[in-house]
Amino acid sequence: MSASPASRPHAARNTLLRMIAGRIGAAFLTLILVSLVVFTISDLLPGDAAQEALGQSATPAQVAALRHEMGLDRPAYVRFGSWITGLAGGDAGQSLVANMPVGEIIRERLPNSLLLAALTTLVAVPLALTIGISSAMNRGGRLDRALNVATLSMVALPEFLVATIAVLIFSVKLRWLPSISMLPEQATWGQFFETFAMPVFSLCVVVIAQMARMTRAAVIDQLDRPYVEMALLKGLSPARVVIRHVLPNAVGPIVNAMALSLSYLLGGAIIVETIFNYPGLASLMVNAVTSRDMPLLQACAMIFCAVYLLLMLLADVTAIVANPRLRSA
Amino acid sequence: MSGASLPTAAPAPVPAPATKRAAFPARALRWTRRLPLSGKVGLAFVLFWLVIALIGPLLAPYPIGAFVDENVFSPASRTFLLGSDYLGRDVLSRLLHAARYTVGLGAGAALLACTVGTGLALVAAVGRGWVDELLSRFMDTVISIPSKILALVMVAAFGSSLWLLLLIAGLTYVPGNYRIARALAVNLNQMDFVSVARARGERRAYIALSEILPNMLHPLLADFGLRFVFIVLLLSALSFLGLGVQPPQADLGSLVRENISGIAEGAPAILMPALAIATLTVSVNLLIDALPHRGRN
Repeated sequence: MSASPASRPHAARNTLLRMIAGRIGAAFLTLILVSLVVFTISDLLPGDAAQEALGQSATPAQVAALRHEMGLDRPAYVRFGSWITGLAGGDAGQSLVANMPVGEIIRERLPNSLLLAALTTLVAVPLALTIGISSAMNRGGRLDRALNVATLSMVALPEFLVATIAVLIFSVKLRWLPSISMLPEQATWGQFFETFAMPVFSLCVVVIAQMARMTRAAVIDQLDRPYVEMALLKGLSPARVVIRHVLPNAVGPIVNAMALSLSYLLGGAIIVETIFNYPGLASLMVNAVTSRDMPLLQACAMIFCAVYLLLMLLADVTAIVANPRLRSA
Repeated sequence: MSGASLPTAAPAPVPAPATKRAAFPARALRWTRRLPLSGKVGLAFVLFWLVIALIGPLLAPYPIGAFVDENVFSPASRTFLLGSDYLGRDVLSRLLHAARYTVGLGAGAALLACTVGTGLALVAAVGRGWVDELLSRFMDTVISIPSKILALVMVAAFGSSLWLLLLIAGLTYVPGNYRIARALAVNLNQMDFVSVARARGERRAYIALSEILPNMLHPLLADFGLRFVFIVLLLSALSFLGLGVQPPQADLGSLVRENISGIAEGAPAILMPALAIATLTVSVNLLIDALPHRGRN
């Protein structure tokens, strides 16, 4: 690197780019290691797919023939290689149960999951920020303590309790909402709302609590710094101090908290999707476990892990970009 | 520092109290009184569930599998305190039996997660070098697999007998405990009293178990509680999906699952087990949050 003093902004940009490239590389490496773990665990299966497909009455010769046809008799590292290159090229193999390409099944379900996650994000993030920041600003006060106990309890609630109570209140007692979330082809706004109100609500309860707690911690960490005291002594209002001075400095940890909670929305939606019969990716994965459809299971697991790593990467990069010390280094 | 000439200079792992300790009940009472209200409520519920897990089946008014009600999903009454379930069995009796599975599996798996996680963390912290590097890389990899997904893959691969569930839930949360225990152990490993022990020529196992471990017990206890909450939620979720505890055995999550058709009637059969899980997990969470050493951080 030729970083002469004259070209400082250029050098700074280079450092930034190099840091981001490093994070991307690390995330990619982790993804490959994760795929190795997922493959190893699901490969330890005692009986294999060929045996399962042919049933008890199959002769050993038949099983061996099918094993050969399915490529199960190759050594594990060869199978891992062909599986991972297939995944990278978008071909996740053939579902053992549905007898169609895994990619096709997933393509049908993934948009549903993303839609549910996006809607939940839209509702949860502003609420979580509001709760987190207001309890940080009232630290030790009555509001803060009440919110602390509330979020602490919400974190530990099982989702099916939240969903069940929501169904009891809104479908059974009030008869406002259907207890099954099926979106018709041409939905009106009203139907759209009816479909998503309860799943989104149930997911929000858990996610908001986590995000709010971490936001509070991040803001409080900043409130203890001398620059906040300085700003307050200068005569700025607490609200202005938080919005103009504290929040920009707390962006890193807050975005990290958001990413961590949001990564939960795809894989963690399992319960909510099951209760409301919502055709998402997580319930697909549960079906894959029940029917031991390994290619489908592996593909779903990899999608969830990839999304998790992607969100963590985004949070990391945001934190790097948002930190002025790194920008002008 | 000449540790060899001053073997007794190393501070005792646990600082001895200046005055003679009061008897256990008195100390426990004082400790309880100092907890905030949320902590007291949490403690009360935790003790309640521990007792239920221990003697619950003895309190059950009816045998666990007996069909005692002619109606299904009947509401709470004097004969059936929590109503009856989808087959006309007594919900209270089934709940008292199921609590044992939920609490027992949760505590067992949390113990497993903490023992393995902390054990490996001590090996990493004392061993340093490539041992530490290898273990930490591996744990970082596993931790980036969402826990429910990891557990589902393992259930699909191995099945879900009680022992397997305990093993799966425990292993799923090993990396989380490892991360915390390693951070604690690495910090302690740099303390003077550990240097002294090392200069004295103590073996690594002694340093890990007698010098480092006793000093991290308090935060580890809090982490144990947290793992317990996660694991109870995970196992209940698995049972709710039909992938956890298999019939005829049933934990609280299974009870919610088998009575799901009662939701339209608002039957206590579905609400009560779900509420039971919630009171268990929420109260552990409240208790951990109220523990005194947390306030110092």
